[in-house]
Amino acid sequence: MAPAPDTAKRLDTQVDGAYSIDVSNVDATVLMRITAMAFRHRWRMSVAVLTTILGGLFQLMVPQYLGQAVDQAQGLLRDAAAGVSDQSAAESALLTSALLLLGAAILRGVFTMMHNYQGEAVGQLIGYRLRLDYYRQLQRLSLSWHDRVHTGDLMTRGILDIEGVRLWVDTGILRSVLLTVLIGGGAVVLFRNDPVLACVALSFVPIVGIRASIARLKLRDTWILMQDKMSELTNVMEENLGGIRVVRAFAAQAFELGRYDRISEEALTIASRRVRLFVLSTTQMTFVYFLAMGLTLWVGGAKVAAGEISLGQLTEALAFMLILQMPVRQIGWMINSIARASTCGGRLFNVIDLEPSIADKPGAGDLVLTEGVVRFENVDFSYPSWAKDDRTLAGIDLEARPGKMIGIVGPPGSGKTTIAQLLGRYYDVTGGRITVDGQDIRDVTLASLRDTVAIVQQEPFLFTASIDHNVAYGDPWAGRSSIERSAQTAQLHNYIKALPNDYETLVGERGVSLSGGQRQRLSIARAILPDAKLLVLDDSTAAIDAATERRIRESLKDYTKERGVIVIAHRLSSLMHADEIVFLEAGRIVERGDHDSLMAAGGRYAQLYELQARTGAEPKTGAEPKTGGAS
Amino acid sequence: MNPVQSQQDATRRDGSGAETDRPPLAVVGSQISQDEELFGRAFDPWVIKRFMAYLAPYKRQLLIGLGCVLAFTLTQLTLPLLVRATIDHALADGADDLSLLQIFVVAFLGVVVLNYAANHFMETLIGKTAQRLLFDLRRAMYAHLQVVSLSFMDRTEVGRLMSRLQGDVNALQEFLESSIFAIGDLVLLVGIVIVLLSLDPALGGLTLSVLPLLLLVRIIWLPLARKAFMRAREASSTTNAALAENVHGIRAIQELRREAVNFELFEEKARENLDAHLAASRYTNVMVPIVDTLTGSAMAIVILIGGSMVLDNTLDVGVMVAFLFYVQRFFDPIRSLTLQYSIMQRAMAAGQRIFEVMDVEVEVQDAPDAEDPAEIDGAIEFRDVTFGYERGNPILRNITFKVQPGETVALVGPTGSGKTSTTALVHRFYDVWEGEVLVGGRDVRAVTQDSLGRHIAMVLQEPFLFSATIEENIRYAKTGSTRAQVEDAATAVGAHDFIMRLENGYDTMLDQRGSNLSLGQRQLISFARALLADAKILVLDEATASIDSYTELEIQRALARLLKDRTAMVIAHRLATIRGADRIIVLEGGEIVEQGSHDALMASGGLYARLYRMNYASFDDIPADEVAKAIASGERET
Ligand SMILES: Nc1ncnc2c1ncn2[C@@H]1O[C@H](COP(=O)(O)OP(=O)(O)OP(=O)(O)O)[C@@H](O)[C@H]1O
Ligand SMILES: Nc1ncnc2c1ncn2[C@@H]1O[C@H](COP(=O)(O)OP(=O)(O)OP(=O)(O)O)[C@@H](O)[C@H]1O
Ligand SMILES: [Mg+2]
Ligand SMILES: [Mg+2]
Repeated sequence: MAPAPDTAKRLDTQVDGAYSIDVSNVDATVLMRITAMAFRHRWRMSVAVLTTILGGLFQLMVPQYLGQAVDQAQGLLRDAAAGVSDQSAAESALLTSALLLLGAAILRGVFTMMHNYQGEAVGQLIGYRLRLDYYRQLQRLSLSWHDRVHTGDLMTRGILDIEGVRLWVDTGILRSVLLTVLIGGGAVVLFRNDPVLACVALSFVPIVGIRASIARLKLRDTWILMQDKMSELTNVMEENLGGIRVVRAFAAQAFELGRYDRISEEALTIASRRVRLFVLSTTQMTFVYFLAMGLTLWVGGAKVAAGEISLGQLTEALAFMLILQMPVRQIGWMINSIARASTCGGRLFNVIDLEPSIADKPGAGDLVLTEGVVRFENVDFSYPSWAKDDRTLAGIDLEARPGKMIGIVGPPGSGKTTIAQLLGRYYDVTGGRITVDGQDIRDVTLASLRDTVAIVQQEPFLFTASIDHNVAYGDPWAGRSSIERSAQTAQLHNYIKALPNDYETLVGERGVSLSGGQRQRLSIARAILPDAKLLVLDDSTAAIDAATERRIRESLKDYTKERGVIVIAHRLSSLMHADEIVFLEAGRIVERGDHDSLMAAGGRYAQLYELQARTGAEPKTGAEPKTGGAS
Repeated sequence: MNPVQSQQDATRRDGSGAETDRPPLAVVGSQISQDEELFGRAFDPWVIKRFMAYLAPYKRQLLIGLGCVLAFTLTQLTLPLLVRATIDHALADGADDLSLLQIFVVAFLGVVVLNYAANHFMETLIGKTAQRLLFDLRRAMYAHLQVVSLSFMDRTEVGRLMSRLQGDVNALQEFLESSIFAIGDLVLLVGIVIVLLSLDPALGGLTLSVLPLLLLVRIIWLPLARKAFMRAREASSTTNAALAENVHGIRAIQELRREAVNFELFEEKARENLDAHLAASRYTNVMVPIVDTLTGSAMAIVILIGGSMVLDNTLDVGVMVAFLFYVQRFFDPIRSLTLQYSIMQRAMAAGQRIFEVMDVEVEVQDAPDAEDPAEIDGAIEFRDVTFGYERGNPILRNITFKVQPGETVALVGPTGSGKTSTTALVHRFYDVWEGEVLVGGRDVRAVTQDSLGRHIAMVLQEPFLFSATIEENIRYAKTGSTRAQVEDAATAVGAHDFIMRLENGYDTMLDQRGSNLSLGQRQLISFARALLADAKILVLDEATASIDSYTELEIQRALARLLKDRTAMVIAHRLATIRGADRIIVLEGGEIVEQGSHDALMASGGLYARLYRMNYASFDDIPADEVAKAIASGERET
């Protein structure tokens, strides 16, 4: 198994550290971990390593046979000069050399093929594994984490970083094996031939090694900088494209391009630095290598002249060096890919290793529904990213039960949406507790809880898919009739029927091609399709006209008969029939009761009501509630 | 647990349990078909030609780079020749003249230094130019996206554009980086052929005779490999699309509990991706032993034929050695070019996709003689406007109305009636099909879009904020404005209080899309942003839909002052919001069904009166006389 990089589990709520990129000291650990992942594919990795070694050995044979052939040819020449040649024997010797060479080349090719293929296969398998892990992890991590990270950054990790890690198997592990075999095997051959010449021929190795490790560190630094900059650039581009209407509305193209250019220039500077570093190291390595070749020629030449070695031996030494030319060049790529793999791996593992703060307790059972009563008991809450210790919600008590409707009103930022989020346990309460039929929602499985609570979010996200897929998103087994029934309830069916492809019509990412109200109605239909016990409508009729809203309310009557409903709204007509209306202000309940009692009390609710019911009237004097949340 | 519930549960559990039971209505990833048909050619003259245009600014660098490549190749070619000369002349039998050896070695070292210099310059120059080129390309694409029509942006997912801006540019980068070597290799290849043929034409010819075989193999291999690569490419783009969906829609996914189903579907895609890549890899690698066999054959030929030639005294041993060296070097580039085939093909596809974006026609464009008025009077006029998003499906029909400078006009109507679309036309987000839209007395097509941006401030139905500080977001429209102005705007919309309560006040960093604020707070900030723009025309599309009536009232009080001699178009469903409007235009099904003042509309008893009553009728228990009173008070007001 891969060594766990860290001792303590990191929760995804930690504001920093959870997400910041600090791979400087986990470099080796990360590489080890990827390597361990590779060796989990034992069979393939064995084949890959074995064929790499064999391929290297056969590649080493090539210079030997070349040298042999040269010696033979020269020997023949000498013999011919001396008149003692045996033509046919000489030719058959040449033939043997040629055939051996051919055989070595073919075998080398076959082994290289296997090594390449298995190397890539293992890389792809790792990529596959990481992709799944990453995907699942993104699904598990809590919303407070997702709030903080940028989607562009997550995409960069999921695409580019996985790629960087994947390449490590081939360009990192196997290539270093090959290099070791080539240099090591070559050294053996050379030393057997002539130790002095061998030393000269291999003199470049230590220098290249040192150069490479220096370059690797520097390159890694630039990779870290570069990945960060690219993430930043991605974010800028993604936001710009996502908010293109705002950009257009304010004719801010020039400003946006300026912002882009600034980051892009910085990225380019880093990229150029990387090119410089990279080129400097590769060319210097090649240079040193060629110098060594020159020396070999010199020393070897002198030795041949002195008769200490044969011309063939010199040829062999040179041919061996020639074989190393490509690998030496590739050392540059190799260290680049090491640097890349450790950076990318660090970034990925940073996400994958997080512990979701919202997760099933060990041994948590499913929620057992009896009555379907949902209760907030003295709930306190503050968002993890707010450092101040003031609370978004304080001392909230609420009870929702089937057949009953609760209305929540309050100024922007008073915490209405937060209540809905807590119900689905997207965040955990910081004080008090929320129970369903007496069970603390933290003690039951998330799945069973979220099946029980359906929330229509204030800002619905629609998937790029057909309308029926979107409506049935929460229950993909749903039949056509129940889809249509939901759409009818949400007053969307007639509109859909009028579309050329009715339920098969594609809707866009955030539903751009639907109007605001249509989008909201689609998300209402989506929420009521699965059979939940409690429905929360978070301001989900704000973009719907009163007439349509009224029709929705009518048709929801059946649905709500045996379910609890919480309606959050600003338009009082949406919630004035509620059994209980709660007036929220700065995270506290300041008034509660049904419409009549609240009107009788003459407090904030009554004022708000008058404000909406009477056109053109100013509110009566009295305390004007402040907008805003935590205070 | 009621029976419906348990039955439902049963189906669901079954579904996630047994893998065979795939939910019929479950997909992951964007369902817009992928554009795979773009992919296929490894060499596309059109892409190359377009690409060349971006190379033009770097002519000088390229020329120098080319010079370096030549120098580099020459030195590369010289080195084996020097080895040959050393062997033949300095080390040949009898020639035990060590000074000759020294001369050759010094020459060798000299060439090595030259080689280093050329290599260094070449790679730095080409590498940096390649980087710059990529950034240029990305910039050009991005800049183009800033001007293409919104109708294109509506149709195209952000993720898809991002994959072109990032993924495809990266594919090109991979290509360019490896082509630094490829160029050198290619030149080297030609150089080696020349040297081989000039060293010994007969032996050279024989050695090179293996090449046609290679060609033959390629011809058979190519169509098969292409299909495999296409499949791989398609698989990765659908996998990435599914990942993108998981990233963007995570809230809905967690909320609707689609994790298990989605994961299963994603796993399928990832598995297909894996298989496709493995298949592609098999095609790439099958070429390796073939090339190696041919290399081996060429060397065997040199040994056999060359050896006998040496024997016949028609060839120097040195030449034979040089031949062997060259042959070895010769197949290196061929091998790497083979391996590069998929990179090249990917690059071509990427290039095509990039240029495809750059070629998206800009439908809404400034006329060549467009005016750029510094001041306008704020009148808005629609003359018989017909407009729609898709051909044959008009959304707005024969819209005619006029808004006087300084007037506040409200647009009301049921959802989907075309209110937002109407405001989009004022800003010329789209061009009308028929009729004309005039702003400040000029056709919007006769002025620059920039001037429209300056004179019209909009609060869009969906409040989009950037991940920047609150202050930066508010001053987005007018980047030069001071902190005091920012605070004024925030105060006017009643956002100042809550902003000051945040830990860092105006310097609070917003998360992506401002998700650390409530929707109402975001709406307030986007409202403040529009106010700060200080434009002649203000368009408010449901600007207070997520804001309570108190705050709204405060805003309206502030607006009364701010809207002095400004024109406003207000859309709202809460009819209380529009009570201050001078005139009301009622839209239904894309047509104006009535317009006039509140009183006139109430009197005529049309759709507005119905909607209006509905607004109150939904307060079921309001007695009729109270409604009448409310109406009466409204009359007093106007
Ligand atoms: N970008 C688009 N592409 C295609 N169709 C669109 C697009 N935007 C809106 N539509 C369609 O045009 C019609 C009018 O939409 P519009 O957004 O103008 O309505 P609206 O009056 O603002 O409604 P709402 O009150 O719900 O916001 C709707 O049927 C909608 O589906
Ligand atoms: N993800 C988040 N991270 C940090 N703070 C948040 C987050 N979401 C909301 N807040 C803050 O918590 C407070 C309550 O927000 P909430 O969204 O619950 O308000 P709301 O009552 O729903 O308002 P609205 O009517 O505008 O929708 C606000 O001050 C808001 O800025
Ligand atoms: Mg809210
Ligand atoms: Mg609209």
